[in-house]
Amino acid sequence: MKIVVTVKQIPDPNAPQKLTSDNRLDRGGEAVLDPGDEYGVEAGLKLKEAHGGEVVLVSMGPAKAADAIRKGLSMGADRAIHVSDDSLAGADALLTAQILAAAIKPENPDLVICGTESTDGSTGMVPPMLAELLGMPQATFAKQVEVKGDKVSVHRQTNEGYEVVEAQAPALVTVTAGVGEPRYASLKGIMAARSKEVKKVELSALGIEKGSPAESVEGVADAETRKAGEVIEDDGNAAERILAFLVQVKAV
Amino acid sequence: MDFELSPEQKQVRDLCREFAQEVVAPAAAELDREHRFGYDIVRQMGDLGLFGLGFPEDAGGAGGDFLSYCIAVEEISRADAGVGITLEAAVSLGATPIQEFGTKEQKECWLPDLLAGRKLWAFGLTEPGAGSDAAGTRTRAQPEDGEWVINGSKQFITNSGTEISAGVTVTALTGKREGARGEISAFLVPTGTPGYTVEPSYRKLGWHSSDTHPLTFEDCHVPAGNLLGKQGAGYRQFLHTLAGGRVAIAALSVGLAQACLDAAVTYAKERQQFGKPIASFQAIQFKLADMAMEVELARMITYRAAIAYSDRGSVEFRKLASMAKLFASETSKRAADQAVQIHGGYGFIEDYPVARYWRDVKINEIGEGTSEVQRMLIARELGI
Ligand SMILES: Cc1cc2nc3c(=O)[nH]c(=O)nc-3n(C[C@H](O)[C@H](O)[C@H](O)COP(=O)(O)OP(=O)(O)OC[C@H]3O[C@@H](n4cnc5c(N)ncnc54)[C@H](O)[C@@H]3O)c2cc1C
Repeated sequence: MKIVVTVKQIPDPNAPQKLTSDNRLDRGGEAVLDPGDEYGVEAGLKLKEAHGGEVVLVSMGPAKAADAIRKGLSMGADRAIHVSDDSLAGADALLTAQILAAAIKPENPDLVICGTESTDGSTGMVPPMLAELLGMPQATFAKQVEVKGDKVSVHRQTNEGYEVVEAQAPALVTVTAGVGEPRYASLKGIMAARSKEVKKVELSALGIEKGSPAESVEGVADAETRKAGEVIEDDGNAAERILAFLVQVKAV
Repeated sequence: MDFELSPEQKQVRDLCREFAQEVVAPAAAELDREHRFGYDIVRQMGDLGLFGLGFPEDAGGAGGDFLSYCIAVEEISRADAGVGITLEAAVSLGATPIQEFGTKEQKECWLPDLLAGRKLWAFGLTEPGAGSDAAGTRTRAQPEDGEWVINGSKQFITNSGTEISAGVTVTALTGKREGARGEISAFLVPTGTPGYTVEPSYRKLGWHSSDTHPLTFEDCHVPAGNLLGKQGAGYRQFLHTLAGGRVAIAALSVGLAQACLDAAVTYAKERQQFGKPIASFQAIQFKLADMAMEVELARMITYRAAIAYSDRGSVEFRKLASMAKLFASETSKRAADQAVQIHGGYGFIEDYPVARYWRDVKINEIGEGTSEVQRMLIARELGI
């Protein structure tokens, strides 16, 4: 079974995020493999362990995204395709999906795994667009992915529980943290990654015409900060006041 | 001159840091308080590949370089120096001499378990009467019917008494040399060999999560095949082993010094006196600045020495190893002292990790060659 996992390098989510003057995310600082994509890699590796085959990482990003790709290879992925072109800086979701689709298509994968959304942009638009461009059925928010013959079966997380959704392979799934803690890259894995193939692909090789962007950022405003709650100090009747509050919001 | 770590070295650092902070650090206070060896942590370190990191792939290692291994020791020691010394002693003193001087049979017999961290190997050089003067060994090994019979005792031997201690390399006199002191050879003694006794552990000032025991040998028979390398090679072997170990102890010291700096910066920002964080006082800022500078300098010479170690031809290596060990250990000592000072009375209370750092740090200036010995060695390199 051939599994493609899309991976992205993002600015360290634990560091404060800054915007550049043209309202793009400042990607100058420390960067990491998107933690959401680590779940994708983990899901891919688990399937490979169960069914054999190969896990191929596909990433679009600047030269330094090679570090994020290397992390995925160290976790155990077999090889990678890295689309890197200076003209792709600031690519929107549609262009990103087109690029990834063009890079993935020649691989003819049985399964494409993505995170539900990137931790930096958080649009969640790339995977559905990618499925459409690849002509694959998609199953989103999977907390469990199984392959049975030529069917892909997922447990799709919902607010109440989960749905069991089945799709004909080749298919695309987006995975949540429910697929299990991503494994540590072992030290052997880190050293072994030195000799794994990372194919560098330039935009021109994909035959994609870069049109005008489908999205543009018109303005940026801070999200409304949540109002501070009421602090109840215990002067003997705190329990009653808390109970009254809970009754008021219909929590009890 | 390139001061950048390679992508793999950075990955090793990030991985070890994450592992150390998530797995090793949370357990440190309890292991320290209960003087307990962290079997579960050691097992996880083994699974991660830490014990085999610097060994070639065909020996079962990960094929990393010596600097990567030192970075691993640094990050683990930043979380718990006791666990750091467990790793350092297992690798630099335990497995490395077997890898470097062992026969094919010896390597095949012991290395797979040692590099996987399933078993630990110890190095018994120090004796009650032979510390800094390590060549003053009194332990003897006599040939008898195709075996060696060992008699004597060893002092302060790390990793010798755990449930997973597989054995110890002991240095012993095997003969006299003309005029000079005795001929020294090294032997591999498996745990459980009749006549080899691991005595009860010490009550140590620090490194409570590490395992240290006196050893005694009474008519302890080992097969001829347990001689490590050539007869009489023991002295040269242990000089080599200790030189590599010194760089790793320097890395351990850098990790502990960094932990002191981290804790001191955090505390100085939080602690309010005179209506302000104490970090706003210049006296505190200057202490922190000095600590940060010294930690960085210690790290630089340690990494430099580590690279010189890999580069076998480097004539500078021995000098750099001593300088790194000396400077980093003394830096860590000052850093621990200042970290406690910045914590005031709270630094004297075991609720804060700096109290443990302060107890753990002193040994850095003693083990694998005291500061005095390092100064002697550096002076010798100056041709004095
Ligand atoms: C926790 C712990 C773990 C250890 N683990 C191991 C281990 O795994 N394997 C092992 O073999 N050993 C181990 N050691 C032993 C350690 O390496 C020795 O303690 C160290 O080398 C010093 O020897 P000593 O304690 O006998 O001190 P001594 O040599 O007696 O030194 C006492 C003092 O005299 C000074 N001194 C000695 N000679 C001179 C001189 N010529 N000029 C100036 N000053 C001098 C020393 O610097 C020191 O200040 C360990 C020790 C400890 C405490």
